[in-house]
Amino acid sequence: MNGRPESLAKPGSLTKDAPLVRRHRLSTRLWHWSNALVLLVMLMSGLMIFNAHPRLYWGEYGANFDPAWLKISSARIGAREFGYLQIGSWRIETTGVLGLWHDAQGHLQRRAFPYWATLPSRYSLAGARIWHLAFAWLLAGGLTLYLGWSLVNRHLQRDIHMTRREWRPANVWRDIVDHARLRFPAGEASRHYSFLQKLAYAGVLFVALPLMIVTGLAMSPGTDAWAPIITEVFGGRQSARSVHFLCAFALVAFFVVHMVMVLLAGPINEVRAMITGRYRPRPGREDGV
Amino acid sequence: MKGTILTRRALIRGAGSVGGALMLSGCDALFDDPAFRNALEKGEDLHRITQRALGGAALAREYREADMSPQFRANGSRSVADAAYRQHLVQGFANWSLRVDGLVERPLEIPLEALRRLEQRRQITRHDCVEGWSAIGQWQGPRLASVLELARLSPQARYIVFHCADLYRGRPYYESIDLADAFHPQTILAWQMNGRPLEEAHGAPLRLRVERQLGYKHAKFVTRIEAVASLAGTYGGKGGYWEDNGAYAWYAGI
Repeated sequence: MNGRPESLAKPGSLTKDAPLVRRHRLSTRLWHWSNALVLLVMLMSGLMIFNAHPRLYWGEYGANFDPAWLKISSARIGAREFGYLQIGSWRIETTGVLGLWHDAQGHLQRRAFPYWATLPSRYSLAGARIWHLAFAWLLAGGLTLYLGWSLVNRHLQRDIHMTRREWRPANVWRDIVDHARLRFPAGEASRHYSFLQKLAYAGVLFVALPLMIVTGLAMSPGTDAWAPIITEVFGGRQSARSVHFLCAFALVAFFVVHMVMVLLAGPINEVRAMITGRYRPRPGREDGV
Repeated sequence: MKGTILTRRALIRGAGSVGGALMLSGCDALFDDPAFRNALEKGEDLHRITQRALGGAALAREYREADMSPQFRANGSRSVADAAYRQHLVQGFANWSLRVDGLVERPLEIPLEALRRLEQRRQITRHDCVEGWSAIGQWQGPRLASVLELARLSPQARYIVFHCADLYRGRPYYESIDLADAFHPQTILAWQMNGRPLEEAHGAPLRLRVERQLGYKHAKFVTRIEAVASLAGTYGGKGGYWEDNGAYAWYAGI
């Protein structure tokens, strides 16, 4: 966000709407869309890699004989076969989606994640690793460039940084209530991120994405030799693998909420702002509308 | 008017599944394109170069006995059908020997007993399978470097190829590493696991331990070690069974 108002309306044209303002910088827009694509590839190829061993453990080691805290599998009771997801001792049937499903050709498959969620769509651990490990460079490189550039152009300091005033419980609570009532800021206020928005974006930029990269590296036996701390801080390689998976689903949850908020806030205006950079502030009391 | 009534919901669902199918097949088609695939596979070189630059000769982590897996999963070939191998197994590998040849000045036939008499290294390390699981076990055997020094590598030798007694899905298993890993202190020819001679499922009588790489590099049932200048002339030319038959990376440090 630049925050500089700029009227793009033709002189003399009558419009009730507020004029378009510059919102997202080119660096933000470029990274946003390229990162969205990279994350999609990472997620889908990651789910295929998970399919090779659909169990998660805590600690340094973990294989079939060891207790898994999460498991996606299929089982048979009498003539009935079903897919299931098990977390601890809690189990839910997931036939058709997880563990047991039909592929595009109608063949029954007993893999964890279904073909439409994985990359490649047909089972291939080697193929998924080629995608995942090549795109990992784009993810890490893109994030590093974006964070570096956003420090230089002061995007982080101006738009993401949360001041002490914003951290005050009263402000935090008001933002939670506003979000719960789907009451979005209008006028001048709509040109800045709210507290929860900043928290979500900072969480993705400084916690979730770096954690994905670090836990990914923690699974590499080569990296583990020269930087054992990377694995040790998570309590072992299998713990790091679990955190990698949990973090991926935290990002999926972020994506879902992000989509809901874009739809509620006015998808055309929001998407236009992320493509062209121009945003129309929401009309509201402050503008006297 | 007669005809199909297209509800909005059906339209959205239809468009969604067509879009999804297009994207899926699009990615799969893209992956089959040799130029794109080649570009993606360049990631492997980047990993190898970066890891070597940052890691150098760093040692893999070693653990205490208390850290070991209660049960160590065996994967890949768990038994060998070859008749000569079965006979050696019955005889406790008393008449078995390891062949060392290729680009060496002194080709060798080393009996298992002689390998046991070489200076031994014992290490408790974590075995990371490409599938995602890990197991911690104790391994003992001579360093590969000791054996290569006995055979005296020719200056042209660049890679060490491990030929195995097993067929996996009907094809001979083999693996290869470069000299940086071959002379790494933790690279050993293990004949003992968890204090006992290797079981058949774990690659008796001899398996490679190359601790900074994934499990499929740790060739089991090793019968012959060959020094070569290039991997191009061996089987599919990509340096290993899974590299040739499954598009797995030759450098498996990640």
